[in-house]
Amino acid sequence: MSLRKLSVEQLLERASTGHRGALGRLLTLAENSATSEAVTEATFGLSKAAHIVGITGSPGAGKSTMVGQLVAHLTKDSQTPPAVLAIDPSSPLSGGAILGDRVRMMDVDDVAFIRSVATRGHAGGLAMSVPGCVRVFDAMAYDPVIIETVGVGQVEVDITAAADTTVVVVSPGMGDAVQANKAGLLEVADIFVVNKADRPGASDTRRDLDLMLDLSHMTGQEDTEYRPPIIMCNSLVGDTVGEIADAIDTHKQYLQSSGKGVERRAGRARFEVANRLRQQFEANLEGVLDSDTRVLTQAAAGQISPLAAANALAEQVLRF
Amino acid sequence: MSESRIRVVLAKLGLDGHDRGIKVVARILRDAGMEVIYLGLRQTTDSIIAAAEQEDADAIGLSMHNAGHLTLAPSMLHALKDAEMDVPLVIGGIIPTQDVDELLSAGVSGVIGPGASAEEVVDIVRTAVAAVARSSESGPEAG
Ligand SMILES: Nc1nc2c(ncn2[C@@H]2O[C@H](COP(=O)(O)OP(=O)(O)OP(=O)(O)O)[C@@H](O)[C@H]2O)c(=O)[nH]1
Ligand SMILES: [Mg+2]
Repeated sequence: MSLRKLSVEQLLERASTGHRGALGRLLTLAENSATSEAVTEATFGLSKAAHIVGITGSPGAGKSTMVGQLVAHLTKDSQTPPAVLAIDPSSPLSGGAILGDRVRMMDVDDVAFIRSVATRGHAGGLAMSVPGCVRVFDAMAYDPVIIETVGVGQVEVDITAAADTTVVVVSPGMGDAVQANKAGLLEVADIFVVNKADRPGASDTRRDLDLMLDLSHMTGQEDTEYRPPIIMCNSLVGDTVGEIADAIDTHKQYLQSSGKGVERRAGRARFEVANRLRQQFEANLEGVLDSDTRVLTQAAAGQISPLAAANALAEQVLRF
Repeated sequence: MSESRIRVVLAKLGLDGHDRGIKVVARILRDAGMEVIYLGLRQTTDSIIAAAEQEDADAIGLSMHNAGHLTLAPSMLHALKDAEMDVPLVIGGIIPTQDVDELLSAGVSGVIGPGASAEEVVDIVRTAVAAVARSSESGPEAG
């Protein structure tokens, strides 16, 4: 029977018995606006509190290659299978995308579940559907859920709103460490990975990062109880992925013991609720402006000020 | 969230190392608004099935240049059937005309020859996806 005919509940039932096609289908429904809320409604109560790990860094730094190695390590080591959401940009012209992260994570998808996601017009290195997709994985007992962002250039650090632990991947040369600082990635990093450690300049990059961390500690920008570790890695061989996995664990424990984890989750809930309210408000607003043209006409004729017009309509927008 | 898009898994099955054609096809499909999950070279039927399930592919495109199409395509179809997946299979590459009919009657949904234009490539994939969607559309859309 075709999976396309199944309801969200039927798909969840199948996915929970290990049917991977059903899980793949659920993720599609979580991505598409017509069905995404139905998936959220069906999964939000099923959370197993999976640890959510964000992986970010400049384009080509080696994020996907590193994730592939990390996942290979985790599938051997952890009780629960890991899942990956790998985000790549959609073309602004056609809306299509070539999703190329998966190619770097082959040979791990028999235990891990890897899903490629296009940004579909969303800025900030993530896709709108990320929280919904994470929730589906969490409901199906995948843990951790790893999110690879689009290669970020500037301060597009939405990932901190979506993840518990954020790993910033930098590569030597090209002033990546300095770039990371400028781009605001330094403030969001819970763990640094200096990738391509087989390349010349890796130890310089490490030293630069160390200095910048010293600086931000001195100026009190940073948390004084927790200092992000810097881990050198050659992702072509994955020599230190065990260390990276341990650092993620250490940070997870820190989140628990310091109460910061609760804070982050509260922030995430606020972010998601606020987004929905914003969408709803926007839709109401357009509806009121379309249906009540009288006030707009007065405003256009200069009979009332824009502020007076907005005040006259505000009540209606909330009730629409 | 967003409108749904056609998602296509593109891969090379077998050992040959030509990936020019498949890269061109990837761009054509992207420019037609599709989401292409690019698996690249040296895939196996198992790895393609795993990817197509996880990515919820609407179609699988396989490129072949080593004249293995008459054995590789049927084995891919077989694997899909074993996995109970109703995902259309499109084959691209240097396929002799006399083999095209054989592939189509074996269950391949479309064949992209070396001379296909961008419009033809897009059309073949769209048609393949639409045919399967129609045949499974009698029930309600999930959600
Ligand atoms: N020498 C060396 N090359 C690496 C290493 N890690 C990744 N690479 C190579 O760097 C290139 C980019 O790797 P990706 O893993 O695709 O990088 P990415 O950050 O995921 O790229 P985007 O998702 O496009 O931003 C590939 O050619 C990798 O083989 C490493 O540790 N050492
Ligand atoms: Mg990548």
